Amino acid sequence: MKRRDFLKGCMICGAASSLGISKKAWGSGSFEGYPEGMGVLVDLTRCIGCRSCEAACNKEQQLPEPKVPFDDQSVFEEKRRPTEAAYTVVNRYEQSGGPVYRKVQCNHCNEPACLTSCFVNAYTKTKEGAVVYNSKVCVGCRNCMIACPFNVPGYSYSSATNPVIKKCIFCYDTRLKYGKPPACVEICPQEVLTFGHRNDLIKIGHERIRETPDKYVDHIYGEKEVGGTGWLYLSSVPFDKVGFDNTLGNEPIISNVKEFLGTVPMVLSIWPALFTGFHLLSTRQKGHGDDHGHDAHSKSEQEGAKK
Amino acid sequence: MHAMRNWLIGGILMLALSAVPPVCQGMNMPDSITLDSLVQLYDKVKFDHAKHINLIKDCAVCHHHTTGTLVEDPNCVRCHKNSSETKVVACKGCHSSQPFSAETLKEKQQGTKLYHQDKPGLKGAYHQNCMGCHTKMGGPTGCLDCHKRTKAGDALYNSGTYAPQKTQGNAAGHGH
Repeated sequence: MKRRDFLKGCMICGAASSLGISKKAWGSGSFEGYPEGMGVLVDLTRCIGCRSCEAACNKEQQLPEPKVPFDDQSVFEEKRRPTEAAYTVVNRYEQSGGPVYRKVQCNHCNEPACLTSCFVNAYTKTKEGAVVYNSKVCVGCRNCMIACPFNVPGYSYSSATNPVIKKCIFCYDTRLKYGKPPACVEICPQEVLTFGHRNDLIKIGHERIRETPDKYVDHIYGEKEVGGTGWLYLSSVPFDKVGFDNTLGNEPIISNVKEFLGTVPMVLSIWPALFTGFHLLSTRQKGHGDDHGHDAHSKSEQEGAKK
Repeated sequence: MHAMRNWLIGGILMLALSAVPPVCQGMNMPDSITLDSLVQLYDKVKFDHAKHINLIKDCAVCHHHTTGTLVEDPNCVRCHKNSSETKVVACKGCHSSQPFSAETLKEKQQGTKLYHQDKPGLKGAYHQNCMGCHTKMGGPTGCLDCHKRTKAGDALYNSGTYAPQKTQGNAAGHGH
């Protein structure tokens, strides 16, 4: 067999098998979230910017003391994002009809990009709907910070020796696991935050829009975005006016890499066996069956080069 | 002197009575209500019921469909067109202080009720009702305008005596 033919054969076989696998195993539908998964419906029209949720989160998660008291409204002068010291922040957006406040925290995606991007498998999507992480295995690579479409994970930059990812975990350890709402939901005076089964919250959200169509934009942000999120939002103003990214699309982030990642196990497991087989076949044909080591390989290569 | 005082009291009473809108006359209503069932981070609220009655006149503005003018909301009218006043008029008679309890969530999930799925809890009902109107009517809207914060509240909000020290050591332990 000519060397060129051999390589050609390998290419064809490889391409054929990778195509077959990607169609069969990875062409399945997207994950719609656990049926028992919980969520929170955030009604922006109700928020008064009291920052109680920030205070409750700080105490529940035993976060460091804030720089200014939680009843200080001066923080609204700039747009903040969640950090290692604050898993949730409220931002203010001046609109024609008065200020609109928006709470930011992890949205607990059905198919989290952070989970997909983590190569040490630190992240878990629990059946209760929370996206939690194991900081003991986190190596601090910050892939998840880049992968998250909502810029949520914070990083413990303050730690010189063991910096890890820090983010909202839906109060999983202390509350959600026991069927209780997270601390922010419980403290909210205006019931901006409605805790419940995600499926029920979607119905409630659509019902609010149907009952008072003049009050809301006809859209629940998070119902479909990036494959659906556990936290859902209703707003009276277009979502992009209050800091939401309207360009994310409905495909989960994992869809961008599913096909590629699907071929990785194939390459790692099948290719070595396949190529060893080819190698054995090609060397045996030439009558070197009893001598197929490095010598045989180099010999056949030399022969190939001569031809 | 005594007679004078009696006259005065009588006069004040007459004035007060005439100030009560006719819809509410004869009804057994408290002039002041202490809202204290949720006291934890904030102290109780002494709600001046009489003042609000004089200001708003129509009971149904706050008590929506339970008393005063009956159901008007087009969404409710479809079923409750002929519904009469309810026995329970207090907020806490219908709005639960535990709106996200396991039982409530289970009930919602089973979907036994066609409507009334989205009833706010007691804290939400108070604040949405009061704040909603106060915002429109120019009433007080600050947290401390209606209720004092307790010591536990100060601790939670890192405010008052629990306020962070501004001078030094604050930056330590915080990421930049």
